[in-house]
Formats: sequence, C-alpha cells, structure tokens
Amino acid sequence: MNKVTRPSRAGDRVFSALVTGAGVLILAILAGGALFLVVKGWRALTAKAEDLPGGETFLRYVWPLAYGTILSATIAIIIAVPLAVGVALFITYFAPRRLANLLAALVDLLAAIPSVIYGLWGIAVLGPAAVGLQDWLSDHLDFLPFFKGPPSPTGRTMFVLGIVLAVMILPIISAIVREVFAQTPRSLREGSLALGATRWEMIRMTVLPFGRPAIISASMLGLGRALGETMAVALILSVSGGVTLNLISSGNPSTIAANIALNFPESSGLAVNLLIATGLVLFAITLLVNSAARLIIGRQIRE
Amino acid sequence: MTVAGYTSELRRSGTLPGWAPWATYGAGSALAVILSRATGINVALLVVAAIILAGVAIYVWSRALEGSRRATDRMATLAVTSTFAIAMVPLVSLLATVIRKGSDRFDPGFFTDSLRNVVGAGGGAVHAIVGTVIITGLATFMAVPIGILTAVYLREYGAGRRLAAAVTFFVDVMTGIPSIVAGLFAYALFALFLGPGVRLGIVGAVALTVLMIPIVVRATEEMLRIVPNSLREAAYALGVPKWRTIVRVVLPTALGGIITGVMLAIARVVGETAPLLVTTGVITSTNWNPFEGRMMNLSVFAYFQYKTPGVPPEPYFARAWAAALTLIIIVLVLYFLARLVSLRWGRTEMQR
Repeated sequence: MNKVTRPSRAGDRVFSALVTGAGVLILAILAGGALFLVVKGWRALTAKAEDLPGGETFLRYVWPLAYGTILSATIAIIIAVPLAVGVALFITYFAPRRLANLLAALVDLLAAIPSVIYGLWGIAVLGPAAVGLQDWLSDHLDFLPFFKGPPSPTGRTMFVLGIVLAVMILPIISAIVREVFAQTPRSLREGSLALGATRWEMIRMTVLPFGRPAIISASMLGLGRALGETMAVALILSVSGGVTLNLISSGNPSTIAANIALNFPESSGLAVNLLIATGLVLFAITLLVNSAARLIIGRQIRE
Repeated sequence: MTVAGYTSELRRSGTLPGWAPWATYGAGSALAVILSRATGINVALLVVAAIILAGVAIYVWSRALEGSRRATDRMATLAVTSTFAIAMVPLVSLLATVIRKGSDRFDPGFFTDSLRNVVGAGGGAVHAIVGTVIITGLATFMAVPIGILTAVYLREYGAGRRLAAAVTFFVDVMTGIPSIVAGLFAYALFALFLGPGVRLGIVGAVALTVLMIPIVVRATEEMLRIVPNSLREAAYALGVPKWRTIVRVVLPTALGGIITGVMLAIARVVGETAPLLVTTGVITSTNWNPFEGRMMNLSVFAYFQYKTPGVPPEPYFARAWAAALTLIIIVLVLYFLARLVSLRWGRTEMQR
C-alpha cells in the first residue's frame, strides 16, 4: 500500500463503508447461523437418553451415521482419485490440443448436474446394472469382509453409492488437478523431453511430482464434498442402521446428511434438535477435512 | 537411464504402425468377449479385462520392436486414455437415461398443470417450476450484491487488514459447508424468530444464498485480480476518486467474467435439493408468495415423486424424470450462456 494520502471524499467514505459492510455481513451471517445451530443442537446434546427419540444417547445415535458417512466417502475417494488424475492427465497432456478445451468443458459439466439426478440415475440405472457384478464379487471374493453378501437384489448398496459419489466428486478433483498439471514449468517438461524422455517418463518425472500436493488437497476437497452429499445417498441407499463392513448387502448404515434429509420433514420437537446436532457433527467433520486441504493448497499454490 | 539400457534401446529401432493401439484394443476386447463367453463373467469386469489385455498386448508388441521404455510409454498412454473413456461412461449414460425417461412426460401439461388434486397419472410441475424460479431468483438477488461487494472489499480495500483475512478465511469455510447444513442454518435462523416448524420460500432462498455467496466472491475476486493496475493508476492520475474508479473502470472491465461467475453460481444452486427439503416444505399447488406458506421446487418435486410414489408408481416416476430433464436443460442453458459470455468478453477463470 502506498502511504500517499488523497483528499478524503464523502463518496469514498460511503463506498468503503458499503463494501466493508458486505464483508462484515458475511461474517455476521455465518456467526449467526452457527450460533443458532449450536443453540438448537445443544438441547439434544444435553438431553437425557430417555427423552430423545429412539431412547439412546446422542453419541450412540450419531455413531452409526458418522460411520456410514465416512465409509461411503472413503469408497468414493478410493475410486475417484485415480480416475480423476487419469482424466486430468488425458486432458492436459494426451488429448489433441484442439479437443482439450471441449473435453474439459464436458468434465466440468459433470460437476454441474444436480445431485438429485445422480441419485435417480444410481437407483434406476447403476443399481440394477451392478447386481450382476455384486453377485460375482460375493461368489468369488467372499473371503473379504467387504463382499461377504448376501448381495442385494436391488443394488441399493454402499458399493453402488460409493461409485455414484465417486462420479460426483471426480470432476471437482480433476478440475483442480488439471489446473496444476498444466502449470508444470515448461522448462522442466521440455528439458526432460529434450534429454530423450518419452511422454510417460516426462509425466512421471516432472508433472506428477509437481502436482502431488494438488492431488492430495484436491482429494480432500472431494472427500469433503462426498461427506456432505445428501440426495444421492437418501435415494440410493437401503438403510438398516447396523455398523458393518459389508458393502454389497441390503443392510447399510445411513449417513448423517441423508438421515437428516429423510427424517427432518416429518420431525418435530426434540427430534429436530437431535437432527440439527448431527448436522453440527457433519459440519465439524467437513470443516476439519476442508481446512486440512486448504492448508496444503495454500502452502503449494498461492504465489 | 543406464548406458547399457540406452544402447539396447538403439538396437531395436523399429516402430509400431500407427494403427497398432487400435488393433490391440480390438484384440483385447475380442479376447475378453471370448473369455466372458467361456466363464460367464460380468460386463464391468469384461471392460476391465479388455483394457488389461490390450495393455499387455501393446506392451509385449512394442517391447519386441521398440524397447522397454517405449513399451511403458505406450501402455501408460493406453491406461490414461482408457481412464478418460471410463470416466465419460456415467455422463453419457446419465444424459441418455434422463432424456429417454424424461421425454415421456415432457409435454405441455407438465408445464401448465400443478399436482393439485392429482392422484395417479396426469398433472404437472408448474408449481415446482414457479417455486424454483422464485427461490433461485431471490437467492441470486441477495447473494450477488453481497458477493460482488465483498470481493471488491477483499481486492481493493482489504490488503493487509485483519478483517479481510477473516473474511477470506470464512468464505473458504462457506465453500465447504455441506448443502444440507446450509439448509439447517437457514432453518435455525428463521425458527428462532418465527417459531419451530417454519417452512417458507424465503428460508430456502437464504439457504441458497449461503451456498452462492462464496462462488460469487471467488469468481469476482479472480476477475478483479486480472484487471490491469495501469487502468486504476490512470484513473487516479486523472483525479478520479477511488470509488468512482472501481465503479466506472474496474468493475466494467471485469464485467464479463463476473456475469459468467454469477451464471455458474446460479447453475450450481438451481438444482439443490437438500437445503430446500428442510426449509421450504412440500406442497402440491402453486404458491407465488415466498413469505407465506410452503413452496415446491423442481428438485424436491423429482425427489418426492420418485421416493414416495403412489400406486401404480409409473406416472410418478415419469414425472420425476421429466422434472430431472427440465432441471438438466435449465443447467445446460445457464452453463452454455456462461461459456458464451466468457468467450465473448475475453479470458475468465472457469468454475473450479
């Protein structure tokens, strides 16, 4: 900032107050919202177990939901990250230059499709299509706890949900990774090619090491998105509430977000407070994941 | 790369013909089909098998003619290309499904009737479309000024200030808020004043505003960042006050990008379901007033038609898909208009 003072003018003061006010308003909205959520949720946190719907303590109520949330998001990340890196590599270094922009726009389009439509697609198309695969998995890989079965005949399972979530977060991850891949210093890339590296060796030795922090932080941002995803889960998953590693049976734990969506419309009284309290837990989890991601991004990319 | 490796590379200086990757892909697929006939294997596994077989084939072929480094390169190319192809399958399948199933009820009745007194077939979603337009419009009306002004504050006034650092941090936090939590936010806010069980269009609009603000702030900030400083300095040198410089020079320069950002933000929230599920409620007739009574919208409409169908379920499913198709068309139109604006008015950062 330069220290040269300009004559102070009324217009300047008004405008400065206006824009500062907008910033303060954002802080106020967030603080207000968070405060009211805590106020509403607190009643459920402190209520006695027998007063809560279901007659369990808050922790017992939220634990299977938190487990389901983390499990589904983990499956999504495991599937989505390699695919997203592949997509980003394809667009930046493999696709014909003229096509690259178009393909990038197509992938971004995936991110723009509303989540409820992914849910419909999952339940109507992917679920039935996955039944055969799940049967095969339970026939041949049932020694793994994940595929113990019995396989669900409808495909409304954790496994299918994980795939749908992966499809939903793939464009988010690949957009960030793509941008960083494209920023790999030209001198490094062309240097390695000039030394006789093949395209893959160039990528392995310059692009991937350069982009590694971006891959990690983009994955965590994707994880945050998958943790908070609601409608796809509410539509696809057939819920029984048990905590299990079995991914292909019809008895699955629900997730925090889906549980809110499924129960909130018909709830009243303390049940609403209980759902809001679970919402706070979800918020805390996503905040943690996102902050970690921002920390890594901030260290690598800014400036 | 050792010298020995390099000389062995030189000895095999043959090259695969240009059609080689396609040939191996074909051969891999053919082999996988044969294998699947023999073992009764699943389609998804078949595709994976085809890719792996093609990878092995091109590696062996290329290694014999071109050496191991070229062979690895070819295998990697095949793997990356296949990854992209696999990632595109859901997009194609999803669009095809929505268009096929959605066109059944994509008729005039869908856009002129509500679901008032409708049981079974017939009826439409006009009440949901009205709700979507009003709620999204209100959210845009609130989020855009706040977002743009905040971005101006951060870029033009905020440098080095604590408050600006705090705002930047909390805008980041907002970006990561799960949409259902944004819904609870708005609900808790209004429930405190209007009592529990509040269901109004405006509550949903506030929830969407919370989701839109960070997108608008980010997009505007990004655009203000690339407005050349020389423009600002030229205005100052002519004695133009700072606020006029911003309003008359900086913002108009960035306008194309800001409009693009706003449209992408609208496209992002227009299909939001979860926050509206907990804030606006469900209703079967048209409500034009966001400040009184429940309000339907397209995504919640699609959700409930599919989740809680009547008997027989087919007309309910058909309406759900038609709503999905309508939503996708709205999103696509917004998306392509945004692209058009950004092409027309120069370079922008597209959505992240």
